[in-house]
Parts: sequence; structure tokens; C-alpha cells
Amino acid sequence: MRFGFNFILGALLTVLVILAGIFAPWIAPFDPVLNADLMNAELPPDATFWFGTDAQGRDVFTRILFGAQISLTVGIVSQVINSIIGCTLGMTAGYWGGWWDDLVNGLTNVMLAIPSLIFALAVMAVLGPGLPSLLIALGLTNWSWTCRIARSSTLSLKSQGYVQAAQTLGYGDLRIMFTQILPNMMGPILVMATLGMGSAVLSEAALSFLGLGVQPPFPSWGSMLTDARQLIRTAPWVAVFPGLAIFLSVLGFNLLGDGLRDRLDPHMRTRTP
Amino acid sequence: MTAPLLDIKELKLDVSAGRSLLPILKGVSFQIMPGEAYGLVGESGSGKSVTSLAVMGLLKRPLRVSGGEVVFKGQNLLALPKREMRRLRGNRVAMIFQEPMTALNPLSTVGRQIAEMFVLHQGKDWGEAMKLAVDALASVRVPNPDRRATNYPHQMSGGLRQRVMIAMALACNPDLLIADEPTTALDVTVQAEVLRLIKELCAARGTAVLFISHDLGVIASVCQRVGVMYAGCLVEENDTALLFSDPRHEYTRGLLGALPRLGSRSLHGRQRLVDIDSIIADRSKLTETRFIAPRRDEGGKP
Amino acid sequence: MLRFTLRRVLQIVPTVIVVALLIFVIFSVVPGSFATSLLADGKRTADPQLIAHLNQEFGLDKPLTERFVKYVTDLARLDLGTSFRSRQPVLDLIGDRMWASLELALAAMAFAVVVGVPLGFLAALRPGSILDTTTMIGAVSGLSMPQFWLGLLMMYVFALHLNWLPSFGYGDGSFRNLILPAVTLGVTPLALLARTTRAGVLDVLNADFIRTAHSKGMSEAKVVRWHVMRNALVLIVTTVGLQFGSLIGQAVVIEKLFAWPGIGSLLVDSVAIRDIPAVQGTILVIVLWFLVINTLVDLIYAAIDPRIKQG
Repeated sequence: MRFGFNFILGALLTVLVILAGIFAPWIAPFDPVLNADLMNAELPPDATFWFGTDAQGRDVFTRILFGAQISLTVGIVSQVINSIIGCTLGMTAGYWGGWWDDLVNGLTNVMLAIPSLIFALAVMAVLGPGLPSLLIALGLTNWSWTCRIARSSTLSLKSQGYVQAAQTLGYGDLRIMFTQILPNMMGPILVMATLGMGSAVLSEAALSFLGLGVQPPFPSWGSMLTDARQLIRTAPWVAVFPGLAIFLSVLGFNLLGDGLRDRLDPHMRTRTP
Repeated sequence: MTAPLLDIKELKLDVSAGRSLLPILKGVSFQIMPGEAYGLVGESGSGKSVTSLAVMGLLKRPLRVSGGEVVFKGQNLLALPKREMRRLRGNRVAMIFQEPMTALNPLSTVGRQIAEMFVLHQGKDWGEAMKLAVDALASVRVPNPDRRATNYPHQMSGGLRQRVMIAMALACNPDLLIADEPTTALDVTVQAEVLRLIKELCAARGTAVLFISHDLGVIASVCQRVGVMYAGCLVEENDTALLFSDPRHEYTRGLLGALPRLGSRSLHGRQRLVDIDSIIADRSKLTETRFIAPRRDEGGKP
Repeated sequence: MLRFTLRRVLQIVPTVIVVALLIFVIFSVVPGSFATSLLADGKRTADPQLIAHLNQEFGLDKPLTERFVKYVTDLARLDLGTSFRSRQPVLDLIGDRMWASLELALAAMAFAVVVGVPLGFLAALRPGSILDTTTMIGAVSGLSMPQFWLGLLMMYVFALHLNWLPSFGYGDGSFRNLILPAVTLGVTPLALLARTTRAGVLDVLNADFIRTAHSKGMSEAKVVRWHVMRNALVLIVTTVGLQFGSLIGQAVVIEKLFAWPGIGSLLVDSVAIRDIPAVQGTILVIVLWFLVINTLVDLIYAAIDPRIKQG
């Protein structure tokens, strides 16, 4: 069955990336930053350097493994921030309505009017380059869709029996929101977060490529591709592996997210982007 | 004796569920005479809708015909090549469905959707066809037909939409009209009008009707002969009046017993509404006996 | 219809205003300044007097409120300020490069539509087939690939290795220079279009009125032509429009990769050297572009689907 296949393959790839990240310090043959030996610069893949070496003579395979840590961090942290912002704003907007709802809607519309990469660019310009700013920038960028979904879920869940029961029992608004409503909309939120991880990794790659992301010598897959651009004529293999790593991990997240979505609600396919 | 218009012989239908085949229709046989209104009644899952889809050739996977014949004017529809079947569909055998809102294309005007019939089957050009569409709307008593023809489905009420469906179906004067629960989704007051329309138009044009419903009252008002379906079998068949006055099969008796009756307080004091399961002891035995009453010909002899 | 159009167009205005304000606020707190980035090349610290002098020249030493007022009044006159780096009006800078970006976006979109929509359509008409599975796997892959990686690889294969196409630059504006960047940029919208077209067409095919159409005796080809196309078109047009709007944003990276002289590369360069007016102006133009496209899409949608105007 196709849907099961999506989910399984996605889960497999995701687990692979996670394992690479966790076990990098043990599996990697070399140190990702320190073993820069110019004598070994720009070597093609061979027995010692499985993926070849880069301009500084560092082993690409090692850097790919450690790069997984950065990509996973970026993916998870940014989506956690996204989800927190989106859920909080969306839930409160849907639950309380009124001027707060109008405000949140207006804010969401403005956020949706700015292409996400552009916004991330602007935030990075303010915060300066580097991983922490990257995490904040990406966390602030894509919460709008999560907010929309949280809001519409809240609107429909608001009228459910158990919510009204909690209200008559005298539960406070916030308590109701976090104990009754939030658990029931975790499905779609989880799907968005999973898909968002892929988008975050791609954005990190793009921003690093533009020089605004993770700075050298840290081995983010995106900055490795930046270096690769200079070497494209002399050492093309340096471009292949980081990109492949990005591709496979994002593919994993996307398939996992798709698989989750198909299991939860096939109708989401045409509604979410 | 006149030949039947539609002669269904031992129709068997299966559905593939995983690796096994589940039978849906277990050998259904009945006939419809030209101009006759025949009702097919039964609960959900009895197989009545699926029978009509089989006649029209609109069955989709995983449903499959596994035996029997559907003879229409001497031809077995099940053995017909696709192109021949398409020529009959809409033209000689037409169908109207339960939900008029979703059965019409929301992005196309009502007039155009009726006009399609004339372009498709009578080779008319669009200009002529649109005029004929207006006439068709008039024939189903839609007020202001020329204005209504430019309406979209969402601009019309449920009753009007069903009239549009009827107009579409009867556009080419088919020999047989299949109506699958046409009034179930309508208000009670509108139901009566639509039923009357179907009855009068078909009687006037000599169109036979296969009327499918779970509602006995509706069947009683339209049909001359009724077949009762249960679990994929035709368990009783008789003239309408006889079926209602003298039901033979246990299931039919259960169905009729479950009907709320007007004036049930008067004669025997208050009567409880009987549910069908308290009448029928063992449902699994229901398909073992069948009561198919032979037709009476014009002389009135059974 | 006219009233609906006016209403939608007017809705752009408050959003643009808020975005303009947001941009100003964000960039008023940028640490470091153009002056420091210009002067602090290699040396530890630049001469503070020089920095102060430059700041004064650019008006950066004035209090925030005064700068804000100037910003707003300038905007009202459609004056986007003057670039720190080149001393030219930002509007001119953008005007020079606008066409290059438009050309790239149009070419990429054309590529995506011409390949993506038919693929999605065919995949929906034959669900579960080899074509369907291949298309969908390809689509997911396309959406998972970092665009510039694909660009790099294609650059290597087609430009450097096979020497069929130039590897970067606008060149003399000929079509050959456009191919690589346009195809690279177009892969993501292509993948998305293939997916959404397939989903949309499948939804239509499963709708009741298609069964009615069949019951009227229409052949599959006629059903597709008379009923499926029109209804699927709504979703397709919407997706095309929305993708087109966001292409401008995605083009930033591609423009940098292929040294394409559009507003995307202008933005990146300006951010790097803290050329605030240029950054502000470019972002504003990009956002305006995005909003205009989205509004157009809404209008087209309303024109196709008669149910929208009512609501």
C-alpha cells in the first residue's frame, strides 16, 4: 500500500539521520574541525576518506556525520518554537475571539505576505550570523500555517461536550485550552511540524549558502555546499555529498509527514500547502 | 404476452475485499414491462442501488458482476461493448440520483448540463440544444425556464434541482427511467410534487420506471408492482395493492408492521410502533423462502 | 464583480502599511552599520571619527522618531530612499534589475506549468499506475532537494562538463543564459503543481457529478473535457498563482548562485553590507509583488467559480 510505504520509508530515513547525529562522535573516523591538513586537500573519495576531502583537507564523511547534529538541531528547535508560537496564538485567538482574534489574524496575514526566506534573511541581518540566530530566525518564520490550523481546530473543538463540561466545572480558560483542546489537535500540528522540519533544514542550507547561517569551520551541510561552490571545477564530489545528505534527510521528514497526514486525515492534502 | 422491457436474470454481484469475494447480489431476477412503474424496496445494504448501477453499467471496482444477464429490449447489456452501452445510457436508459446538489456540476449552468444530452445523443449544435434545454425545463414545470437555464445549481432549491435532473434524464425520451431514492433528500412537501411529476411525465411518455426506495409510502404512491429486497435477494414480488394488503414474506410483513399508521388509536386502542426485529425471529433464515407472485395480464387473471 | 475586485484590492493597503512599518522597526535595530561594515575590512576597529562622519552623512545619527517620519513621508512620495553604497535612488536600482527577476520567475513558472500540470493530470487519471507512482516519487524528491544543490550539479554537468550552456551570468540576455537558472528555480513549483493537480483532479473524479456525467452516456474523454477540466482548473490556477508569488522569494538564492542580476541578489548583497535603504526598499517591493499576485489569484478564482462572489 502506497501510504504505508511513505510512512515506513520516511521513518527509516529519519531514524538514519538521527542515528548518524547521535553516534557521530563514535563512528566518525576523524575530527570534523581539527583535522585540517592541507596536504590532503581536495582528494577524491578513496579508502581512507570515504567521501573525499575538502579545500582544507578535512574528511567530508566525518563532517557529514557531524552535520547531522546541526541539521537535526535546526529542524527540531525551529519547529518547537514554531509550534509553540503558532499553537498559543491560534488557540487563544480561536477560544477568546473578539479583538484578540482580529489582531492575530491580521498578524498572520502580514506574516503570510512576506515570503519566509526573505523574512528569515531580514531577521538574520539584525541578529547577525551563526547558529543561535538561525534557530530564532527560523522559529519566527513559519508559524502562520500552524496558527491557522490551531485556530480552526480550536473553533471546532470549542463546542465539544467535554469542553463545555469543563467550563461548567469552573476550569479556567488557560487550563481548558491546554488540557482539553490542545491534546485533541496534536495530530495536524504534528504533521505540520514534521513537514516543517524539512523546510527548516532547506532554509538553513539556503541561508548558510548565502553566508548568513552557520559560520565556518562548523560542519553544517549548507555551509559545506557554499565551500563546494568554489571547488566545483576541481573537486565536484565535495558538492555531491552534503547535498545528498540534505536531500535524503528532508525526503525522510517529508515522507514521514505525508505518511502521518494520510493516516490522520486524507482531506488535509488539498488544504495545507 | 408483450415482451418485457427489462429482464434481469439471476444477476450475481461480488465485491472483492482483500483476498476474498463477498457476494452482494445472490441471483436477483425480475422483469419490467414497457411503461410500467416498478418499485424496488429494501433497507440499506439490501443491494437495490447496486442493482440499478449494474443495469446502467456504472459499477466501479471493486464491484463486479459475476453471473446472470441484464436483457434490455432483447440485448444483454452486460455483454455489450462499451461504445454501444454509452449510446444507450442517457438515451434509452436514464438515471436520477439521490442528492441533486452534488449530482450537478457546480461550475456549469443548469441549462448547459441539460443541453449536453441533446448534443451528445441527438447531434444537435449548442445553440439548438440550449433552446431545447429551456423547453425541457418548461416540461418539468420550472417557472421562468429561460431565466433558470442560466442559473447555477447552487442558486436553486433542492426541489428545483431535482426537477433539473428529471429534465436531463427525460430529455431524450428514454424507454426506462431509473430513480434511485430521488426524494429522500427533499422536504416532505417538495417530495409529493416531485413524485407527482415523475408519475405524470412517465405515464404521458410511456416511460417505464424502476423506482428504488426504502420508503414504502413513496413506492405505494408511484408504482404498480413492487419487489422487496433483503440481503441481496428478491424475497417477494407482487402488485402493489396486493403486497400491501396481503404480504406473504416474513420480512415484508415486518416492514409493513413497522409503518406508523394514521388513526392507529381509534379501533384497537393505542398501538405500539412495532420494530422489525421484534417481528422477525431469525434474520438469517429470511432469504430461504421467496414469494414471487406471477403477473396478472390485462384480463385480470393471475 | 467590480465591487468584489475593489474590496480585494483595497485589502492590500493596510497589509503593505504594516509591512513597511515592520521593516523599518526591524532595521532600526540592526547592530553595526553600513559605516562599520564598509570600514572594518580586516582591521580590528575602524576610526570612530570616520564612522561618525559616515553616519552623519547617511542620517543615521538622527533620533529614531525623526528617521521614522522621514521614512514614512518618503514612502508616501514613492521615494524608497538612497542606497548607501551606490548613492543612487533605491527605486532606480530596483527598476534596473526588476526585469531580470521577472524574466527568471516567468520562465521558471512556465517550465513548471508545462511539465507539472499535465503530469499531475495524467497521474490522477491513472491512479496506481507506473506513471502515477513515478510522478509522485519525483514530486516528493523535487520538494526535498535543496534548490541550489540541484543548480550546482546541473551547472557542473551542463556547463562545466558538457559545455552546452553558460555557467552563470545574464550575458547578453539571450535565452541560453536563462535555461539553467529557470529550470533550477522551476523544479520546486513543478513538484508542487504535479502533486496538487493530481490531488485536485482525483477529488473531482470522485465527485458525484462525474457519475451523473457518465450516466448520461459520456465517454471518458468527454467527461474529462467537459467537466473535469473546468473544475480542476480552479485549484490549478490558484496553486500556479500562489507559487508564482513566492517564487520571487525563492529566487534570491538562485540569483546569487547563477550571478543573475535581479532584485534577489540585490537584496542579499545589501544585507551583507547593511545598506539599509536598499534592503528596506527591496523587501517592500518583493512583498508588494507577492500581495498583488495573491490578489490577482483571488480575482481569477472568483471569476471562474460562480459561488465565490456570493460570499
